[in-house]
Amino acid sequence: MNNYNALAKRKQVIAAVVVIIGLVYLTQLFNLQILSPKYRDYADSNAFLRRTLYPSRGAIYDRKGKLLVYNRPTYDVMMVVREMKQFDTLDFCRTLNIDMARFHSLNADMRDRRKNPGYSFYTPQLFMSQLDVEEYGLLQEKLYKFPGIYIQNRTERQYNYPNMGLILGYVAEVDKNKIAADPYYVRGDYVGKSGIELSHEEDLRGEKGVEVLLRDARGRVQGRYDDGKQDKAPKSGKDLTLSIDIDLQAYGEQLMQNKIGSIVMIEPATGEILCMVSAPTYDPALLTGKSFVSNYRQLEANPYKPLINRSVAGTYPPGSTFKPTQGLLFLQEGIITPETRYSCFGGYPPLGGRPACHAHASPLAIQYALATSCNSFFSYGFNGMLGNRTKYSSTSDAFNVWRDYMVNMGFGYPLGVDLPSEKRGFIPNSKFYSNVFKTDRWVAHNIISIAIGQGEILATPLQIANLGATIANRGHFYTPHVARERKGASLDTTFTKRHETGINREYYEVTVAGMSDAVTIGTCRGINLAPLVDVCGKTGTAENPHGDDHSLFMGFAPKDNPKIAISVVVENGRFGASNAVPIARLMMQKFFAGEIPESDKWLETSIMNRVILPYVYTRNVPAN
Amino acid sequence: MVYQGSREIVENGRVDWITVGFYLLFVILGWLNIYAASFDLENATSLFDLSGRAGMQLLWIGTSLLLAFALLKIEVGFYETYSFVFYLAGIGLLFLTLLVAQEINGSRSWLIIGPVRLQPAEFMKFTIALALARVFNTYGFRLMTRNNLLLVSSVILLPVLLVIAQKETGTALVYLSFLLVLYREGLPGGVLFMGMASVLYFVLEIKFSDIPMGFLSKGEWIAIILIIIFSAAMVWNYLKRRKEVLTILFLAALIFLGAYLISFFSVPVDWGIIALMAFSVVCLYLLFLFFQNRKKHYLFILLFMIGSFAFLESVEHVFYDVLQPHQQMRIKVALGVEQDLSGAGYHVGQSKIAIGSGGLTGKGFLNGTQTKLKYVPEQDTDFIFCTIGEEHGFIGSAIIMILYMAFILHLLNLAERQTTTFGRVYGYGVVSIFIFHLVVNIGMVIGIVPVIGIPLPFFSYGGSSLWGFTILLFIFLRIDKSRKRS
Repeated sequence: MNNYNALAKRKQVIAAVVVIIGLVYLTQLFNLQILSPKYRDYADSNAFLRRTLYPSRGAIYDRKGKLLVYNRPTYDVMMVVREMKQFDTLDFCRTLNIDMARFHSLNADMRDRRKNPGYSFYTPQLFMSQLDVEEYGLLQEKLYKFPGIYIQNRTERQYNYPNMGLILGYVAEVDKNKIAADPYYVRGDYVGKSGIELSHEEDLRGEKGVEVLLRDARGRVQGRYDDGKQDKAPKSGKDLTLSIDIDLQAYGEQLMQNKIGSIVMIEPATGEILCMVSAPTYDPALLTGKSFVSNYRQLEANPYKPLINRSVAGTYPPGSTFKPTQGLLFLQEGIITPETRYSCFGGYPPLGGRPACHAHASPLAIQYALATSCNSFFSYGFNGMLGNRTKYSSTSDAFNVWRDYMVNMGFGYPLGVDLPSEKRGFIPNSKFYSNVFKTDRWVAHNIISIAIGQGEILATPLQIANLGATIANRGHFYTPHVARERKGASLDTTFTKRHETGINREYYEVTVAGMSDAVTIGTCRGINLAPLVDVCGKTGTAENPHGDDHSLFMGFAPKDNPKIAISVVVENGRFGASNAVPIARLMMQKFFAGEIPESDKWLETSIMNRVILPYVYTRNVPAN
Repeated sequence: MVYQGSREIVENGRVDWITVGFYLLFVILGWLNIYAASFDLENATSLFDLSGRAGMQLLWIGTSLLLAFALLKIEVGFYETYSFVFYLAGIGLLFLTLLVAQEINGSRSWLIIGPVRLQPAEFMKFTIALALARVFNTYGFRLMTRNNLLLVSSVILLPVLLVIAQKETGTALVYLSFLLVLYREGLPGGVLFMGMASVLYFVLEIKFSDIPMGFLSKGEWIAIILIIIFSAAMVWNYLKRRKEVLTILFLAALIFLGAYLISFFSVPVDWGIIALMAFSVVCLYLLFLFFQNRKKHYLFILLFMIGSFAFLESVEHVFYDVLQPHQQMRIKVALGVEQDLSGAGYHVGQSKIAIGSGGLTGKGFLNGTQTKLKYVPEQDTDFIFCTIGEEHGFIGSAIIMILYMAFILHLLNLAERQTTTFGRVYGYGVVSIFIFHLVVNIGMVIGIVPVIGIPLPFFSYGGSSLWGFTILLFIFLRIDKSRKRS
């Protein structure tokens, strides 16, 4: 019982603590409310107005320092409803160049809490956005007539070239999800929505500043709080220098007009992307300013889908451009030696001449097989690998080894380019086929078409160009990227890390020789640019179940110490040699010589004038 | 373990009308202030309009009264019998919320059933109190055994962890207020003292972390001196040996005096190292005393000193590496280390201005400008006290403060007068929760405690919290009604 009483005393302790805390709080209340007149002063006549200062978004330059994207001031009309008095609405409308109906709809939109959740009677609300300089001047002059109307400065993107809209991306008002995900943004902020503007948003946007002002109970600004000591200046966004050469890019877009497809050029030594054309494309200036919405709708409705960057988000069967990967892997795994010969009788004999092949000398070794793009050779090799039971315990085992090499060469996963919406392509694993065939007992002959880059294999044009870069480098690559430099910060280390493919250099030399022969005596003689430069290349004709075959080319130049690797994809362009090769030829001439020689002018004109667009059935053709 | 049963329960007692009176007064005042806080000059709604916050709150009050009435009608044995069922159901609900809840304002604590949005964490409070009461009510229960401590702390900590996972750290801290119940039921005061001491070290370390004091920072230096004084006080408290206490203080003072004298001969003295020397000497002396007298107490005091020192050294690491930047900022602002007008400090600054501008008598009902201009965040929920302070001044806010303290002291009396352990423990649970809410909510509004988003019971807008507090309180009144009168 003694113990119980001792514990009962603890009630007094708790009560004492409560009373002491209560007294401390009462003292603080007394201090705040009676002893400190400053709070009364702040509130009675003044209160804080925190005005956001917007930083200017970083500019974007091309690799030669040409200015591509910069900012232009625009002006928003803000309204504080509480301060509005009767004014000449007609005059106001005339100044803003709108009619009364528009005025009323804008006014209703602003007050509608569903459309504008942050609406308040007391604070500045966005009434109308993006006045240009003249409208701004007119309004500024008459502003004294319109109490409650304010003008807020903003900036808008401005473009020097009508090119590479898909790489640059566009900037627009931030949406609800982004605001919820990142507290940096508030309604009305502008944010990168695609391309570089999205992937480098955090570099480009800078950091908002804040100005703490004092205002009276009616909301009028009375001056700075604490002499501006609490203000924070906005930090401008970092300027970006791209690795893109705008002239090359513009030329590529010209070549690809009225076609669907992609050109990607990479500098093998660094992974920098020199040009990335995706056709069709659009002028980035379309997606700025007042006509943003209507232009965007039109682009969205276009059946050829110009808003998709096919270089990273388009996936194609790589066709014969895939064959070098097979040769390299067979050599590395010891399935073949550079001297191993297989015979070809216009097709792959074990399967009765399927896949078919074309006329060339036989039997043939790897170098010549690459030059003539022999289907049988790679089918033999593939069968030899998957059927090799001394080296691998099962077909699945062998196939997974095969797949790991493909992944090391940059296929099957996004490469990690600094552009959004990159696709991974598709490299199947053994599980995939076991599911498809519903048994583990499938063999190489069931899936022979993947040895020649057909079947289930899918790759993006960027991955195909990257393959060119790994061969050019004889066994390694750097993650392709479009941002070359950001001012005041070093490049992300993921772009300076060397990725090895795990295949010996000597085998690459064999492959390079084969690709060089393809240009001099083989399938892509159309790109023989000697004596300007020794080109190595590989054509591809990818079977397309939906229409004409796709025309592909993958290559690099010069043969020794390569400066560029390239991939060209022309959808429905039929043979690799008919469209992709001439386009690659012109691009290389542009790159190495700076201009197209007189002798090739006819080719340039012919390519530019070609229209290769499939018929697309659309139910609702847009009115315009 | 034998269940103590209902021998001491009387069925025909009276409801404690004083508490009910407090309750009604608080909800009505809360309702009026919610109306004032959400009052919009442009489209003023009436007090009863269901599209406004005040109208909705009236609905919550009405349903709460029905709930209260029902709770008083239920047989008292029901609460004892089903206390674990309630508790487990609450835990299940917290789990469910964690799984299905969508993120609202950064936390996953809302359960949405059709038009109704519930926050199960609010209802968890009374179930923990019931479960604790039931645990303590087993025959011959003694808190200070290992198994029992383990049981009691897991009853409290399980919901704490679940609520932290929902990112409602504030509510999780509320559950920790049950420590006060444990204190009443026999947890040694030393444990609470250690808790207080750690808070003190933390504050010192963070507040004065960037003022160097030789080898140490000023905060650490003061803390080390405090540790020496605490240990001397502990020797006095547990062993009552004046000579040894004086020796400890003398040894420490001697070292500081020596250093002070040396500094006269223009020898640079590192006060940080001097403090560490004094600390080590006291430690060695305690070790010596232990070997001389063979009393465990010395060893414990020595452990306390070393533990305190280790805690002190780890605070900085925990603060900067474990806490989120916005949490660091809130703590720094509350300690006055940093003036951050754009973030955490903005809210506190605005709420202080709103309260401060009320003056002695306030601006009058519906005339507050700071809250109307929407400077104060969450003005009808967590920051409702701002409206009271602004519109009713020091007189109004002091009256509310005093009424609230009176309410809590009254509940404390009710809790202590319970004749069953079950009733007493539950009562102390109720008291602890109200104390915590009052101290933290008003403390944050007047800038003494870091901003932790918890409501002011009965005043803040919100159905879940009002229902939660109503259930908490009226179960206690039901238990109190049936206590044995002497």
